[in-house]
Amino acid sequence: MARAINRRTILKGTAAGAALASLPWGRAALAESKPVKVGLLTVLTGPLAQGGIQMKEGVVAFMKDKNYTLAGRKVDLIIGDTGGNPAGAKAKTQELVERDHVDFIIGPLAAFEMIAISDYVARHKVPLLCLAGADNMTQRTPNPYFIRASATASQCGFPLADYVRKEMKLSRMDTIVEDFAFGYEQEGGFQLVFTAEGGTIAKRLWTPIQTPDYTPYLAQISDVDGVWQGFAGSNPINFMKQYAAFGLKKKYPVVGGWTAFDDALLPSFGNDAVGAVSGAFYSVSYDSPSNNHFVELLLRETHKTPGGYAAGCYINGMCVEAALEKLDGNTSSPEKTIAALRSLSFKDSPRGPFHFDHFGNVVGNVFIRRLERKNGKLVNTIVKTYPNVSQFWTYNEKAYLATPLFSRNKVPAKI
Amino acid sequence: MNLWVILAINSVALGGLLFLLSAGFSLIFGLMRIPNLAHGSFFMLGAYLGVTFLRIGTNFWLAAILSGLGIALLGGIIERLFLRRLQGQELAQVLVTLGLSFMFADISLMIWGGDPIPLSAPSALQGAMQVGSIVFPSYRLAIVLVAAVIAAVLWIMIDRTRLGAMIRAGVDDAQMARVVGIRVSRLSSLIFCLGAGLAGFGGVMGGPIFSAYPGLDGDMLPLALIVVILGGTGSLVGTLVGSFVVAFLYNYGQALFPELAYVILFLPMLVVLLIRPQGLFGRLPT
Repeated sequence: MARAINRRTILKGTAAGAALASLPWGRAALAESKPVKVGLLTVLTGPLAQGGIQMKEGVVAFMKDKNYTLAGRKVDLIIGDTGGNPAGAKAKTQELVERDHVDFIIGPLAAFEMIAISDYVARHKVPLLCLAGADNMTQRTPNPYFIRASATASQCGFPLADYVRKEMKLSRMDTIVEDFAFGYEQEGGFQLVFTAEGGTIAKRLWTPIQTPDYTPYLAQISDVDGVWQGFAGSNPINFMKQYAAFGLKKKYPVVGGWTAFDDALLPSFGNDAVGAVSGAFYSVSYDSPSNNHFVELLLRETHKTPGGYAAGCYINGMCVEAALEKLDGNTSSPEKTIAALRSLSFKDSPRGPFHFDHFGNVVGNVFIRRLERKNGKLVNTIVKTYPNVSQFWTYNEKAYLATPLFSRNKVPAKI
Repeated sequence: MNLWVILAINSVALGGLLFLLSAGFSLIFGLMRIPNLAHGSFFMLGAYLGVTFLRIGTNFWLAAILSGLGIALLGGIIERLFLRRLQGQELAQVLVTLGLSFMFADISLMIWGGDPIPLSAPSALQGAMQVGSIVFPSYRLAIVLVAAVIAAVLWIMIDRTRLGAMIRAGVDDAQMARVVGIRVSRLSSLIFCLGAGLAGFGGVMGGPIFSAYPGLDGDMLPLALIVVILGGTGSLVGTLVGSFVVAFLYNYGQALFPELAYVILFLPMLVVLLIRPQGLFGRLPT
């Protein structure tokens, strides 16, 4: 069952563990009779809570669906609320690792939280199934106990740029996104492929994370074919609303990243975002048995349309289950556990078939979706699927890793 | 060229909204000598209440007024239950407002969820006005009008009525006001209600631009602080001027020097604090 970290359950758990250990059974028997502990690092309070609550819903729905039993072992799901800041993420990770001795960690939400806990998690050899984008976790400074079934920050931008150049035939664009790492890396991925295929980025606009009024930026957008926006959290709603209010929507079509037009945001958009094209690792409208089951389950459990946050964490749950099956439920060796996780390959999942590269990053579908109103409801209709998209796109891995990480100041013109 | 004009119009609109937010903050600060750190929460709660009223089909303007009244009531309760009991302990009062702001944030998250909820502007104002090549949302122009009306009403109240005279006396010297028979504590309740109500009303007015979302409180509070420090506490004219100064700095700063947007916003505040701590239009406490 799911529970928040709480002293009494811990004491009970420890007492039970001590009692069991004194019995004359072998270690293996002990390992299998104990519940497997899965820690979820997410954000349940504060401005980032929107995505964090969806993460929790994704994992909880998965576990409930499996009756909290994976590969024959009971699952103890422990949920830690990081509050959406690096210090909180660090503290909760320490609790999960040192007090609860979790076998897996799912999460966290934000790249800066991931960066704050990466070294600690690697040192304590806890396999981590991450949702956050931070590119370098699977690139220039890889974490050996890490897998990412969602996408690097830049991964969905590559095929989107390809689509925007080749199919939408836009050649001159402005980009706008929050002024932080996730923004630079997302924009960098889009810009790299867009310019490599002959497009021009006219202006790159960076907004503070908290920007109640986008007018100062909107007023600068002119003389382009389209606009790329990579906002996250609740920012896309406000941005699109103001974008439409200034009459820009009629002039310049908008394209964006997965967080910018996430399915879970659709009910909040109104007509302001209709027509927007986005690149995402997940889409509610993807028709596969696994995704149909996932969407139906989440609708039943939460009465809300799920999006990338819930799907990403649900898929992480699938990975935990598949790895446990490979290991016959034995999680005593973290080395074997992470090896099992990285060797996973799925024929079907809510995001379609996928596997991991040798850094533990996903290789899988990226959907290009157009936001439409169908039967009165807003939906992201898939217009093209790029299969087997790697975090290095079509580039040579070595050449890619030789370039610096995408930043505010620097994006390579080509690789 | 368009950029400059749009920014100018937008600064005026944002200034109007900031005035709605800050007028109450300034009066409370002036009379009770405490920065009410829950003021951003009043703005956010107003927006959320507006959401609820709009959902049950209330007309936009009525929703704004009802939300304002609702938040005024909440302000009154807070003043009576907490701040009144801590009279004279300014640090404790500030901490109470800070604590309340955190509680309101969590309670709102519980009631309205983490998803941002946009408020629809009244349908008559949903379009954009076009003059030449300049497109500007009509709703923002309406905000300027509303803010102007409220500024005028407040000014008449403060400057022309007996109540206003008592408030001014309280702001200038609360103890002396008490001595001459003004019930300053009753005034405090009234001003706290009024300030909270204005912020709540402003929250609904700002809703179609900002939406209601967790964190709206924290976004608005610093702006109110800067406005009041620039303009001077307890001074309505100061708040008006401060609102427009901040709005212009905010808009032009972000457009022209995006890297320094916050420096441009806060630097004037630092300068004013250093050379004129009472603010541009404030008076030194006696």
